Amino acid sequence: MLDLIDLKVHFDVSKRGRGKAILKAVNGVSLSLAKGDSLALVGESGSGKSTIGKAILHLVPLTGGTIKFAGIDITTLNPERERHLRRTVQMIFQDPHSALNPRMTIIRSVSESLIIHTRIRGSELRHRVSELLETVGLPEQFLYRYPHELSGGQKQRVCIARAIALHPELLILDEPTSALDVSVQAQILEFLKDLQAEFSLSYLFISHNLAVVRHLCNKVAVMYLGEIVEQGETEAVFEDPKHPYTRALLHAVPYPQVIQPDRGQPLRGDIPSPIDLPPGCNFSSRCPDMQAGLCDRIAPTLLAIETGRQVSCHLYGATPADHGKHDDTGSTQET
Amino acid sequence: MTDQPLLSIQDFSLDFDTFDGVYKAIDRININLKQGETLGIVGETGCGKSVIAKSLLRLLPSPPARVRSGKILFNGEDLLTISEQRMREIRGIDISMIFQDPMTYLNPVFTVGRQLVDVIMAHQRVKPTGEKFSPIEAKAHAIELLRMVQLPNPERQFDSYPHQLSGGMRQRVLIAQALSGHPKMLVADEPTTALDVTIQAQILELIKALITEFGMSMILITHDLSVVATICSRVVVMYAGQVVENASVEDLFNNPKHPYTRGLLSAIPHPGRKVSALSGIPGSLPNLLDPPPGCRFQERCTQALEICSERPPWIRFSDRHETACWLYAEAENA
Repeated sequence: MLDLIDLKVHFDVSKRGRGKAILKAVNGVSLSLAKGDSLALVGESGSGKSTIGKAILHLVPLTGGTIKFAGIDITTLNPERERHLRRTVQMIFQDPHSALNPRMTIIRSVSESLIIHTRIRGSELRHRVSELLETVGLPEQFLYRYPHELSGGQKQRVCIARAIALHPELLILDEPTSALDVSVQAQILEFLKDLQAEFSLSYLFISHNLAVVRHLCNKVAVMYLGEIVEQGETEAVFEDPKHPYTRALLHAVPYPQVIQPDRGQPLRGDIPSPIDLPPGCNFSSRCPDMQAGLCDRIAPTLLAIETGRQVSCHLYGATPADHGKHDDTGSTQET
Repeated sequence: MTDQPLLSIQDFSLDFDTFDGVYKAIDRININLKQGETLGIVGETGCGKSVIAKSLLRLLPSPPARVRSGKILFNGEDLLTISEQRMREIRGIDISMIFQDPMTYLNPVFTVGRQLVDVIMAHQRVKPTGEKFSPIEAKAHAIELLRMVQLPNPERQFDSYPHQLSGGMRQRVLIAQALSGHPKMLVADEPTTALDVTIQAQILELIKALITEFGMSMILITHDLSVVATICSRVVVMYAGQVVENASVEDLFNNPKHPYTRGLLSAIPHPGRKVSALSGIPGSLPNLLDPPPGCRFQERCTQALEICSERPPWIRFSDRHETACWLYAEAENA
């Protein structure tokens, strides 16, 4: 349903007199999302996962690549296509407090998109909004309240109600529960699961919380410095991570239990600056399995190593994947 | 070592005076910390865990904060009544603190080295002989501290400004500052919450190694039970300003007693295995301007009894496990 092909988002961060500096936030990402899927984009801060979500909705300008949604190329927008996109793809943000206008009542916030996109008005509109609130588990009394009168979890529910008002096909959820307490997070996650089943929605779920991803998503793509390093079925990736970065990431997560699994050495160092990427594999500067002369020189490509699993690492040589082949590194394939 | 706890919070209550009324943030809590122990204080937003951390160092402005009752004894001295001058001697030398967001606690216009030297010069007691540090010695000591917290390239980073460092590196600088006075106790308020998981793992590893090396006691304040499981030996669970359960990490995870603790544990998704469904805790925090009498969890508790509007008794299951809940009192009487 959603196809990203070699998506690039670069930001010009040059300062006067300091030469050219390009921040490669997203650098050649290809992804596809089928109807009813929930795909997680995971990675640490600076990996470009949020930028992808924003790029799909054209909230940041694209540098290159193609975005297709339901077969229609939405890489460039005309007014008609934009109207369609805004209707069928909705986004939910991390901080529900700043996503709601503090001077609008809940009914105004939720009905805004209905007023723009449909002809529903008057008592019918009011009825529709209270229906939506009921769907997300909020009582009708909330209609005329202001955001500051609601708790964080309730505000996030309002944001979800607003997002599903137009029956979208795809929801982009950018860290929807990281500002919430765990007891509230659990409610929202369970609700999102039910919602997906009820409306056969697709989710693009952006998160750094691996436990949440394992709970909610059936597919996962792991990002590092603007590129996908591994993707596949969630259970398969969590049970048997292939890429050294995925392994390190999973090993770093503390478990809510008494006996912690053996983690080995934690990953050394910090994520490098996306302005000044290391040569070769982006992860080579921190990788425990770095092969000198290869990894620090030649960038690996995302290859399918088994059905449904793609890894971008020199440790795994296999047939090139359909997607994710980098034009500029096509000649660097391992022999 | 005596059995006397290093820190003993006794029947401590703290209010905030607001325009809307008195906000009863902390309600008669008791917490003890033994020498060399690592204690986690866990709870969700509004449970008062950070208020406790700040009270320990008397960092809360008063007004609006007002102590309603209780004592905070540290080595037998009541931190709530000692003079401000004595408190200054305790801060950084006996008790140090690290915070959630290291950028907020570093001055952006001075180099990290200079800020570290400032702290060292202010805590002259670190030199066992009692002589004062010369600025050159202080710098050498600062670099030594930066090396100890495994900041890469300490000589060069000494002259860096906070914005030139990553979040993890800044937290290392803050830890170096906290350790500069060789404190007996470290209070860590959400030290890894702002960090990525791989960096969190590094920092937790570092804190663990340093508390062993320095023989420090630690209070770790966090909302994340998984972090507690990796680093603490004992946990205090708080809800809306009250302590609801006090247990060893083993007892807490294997045999949670209080309905709130149970709810919290069943709300956490597990990164290591697929859980069929999470159950949240319905409802939200009571308004602490007018909290319900007795147990503050009663409105959200699925097992609430009529008697819950009276203050629940402490039920001891073992030396290291107790909870404040009427459910078990009933069982005991029957």
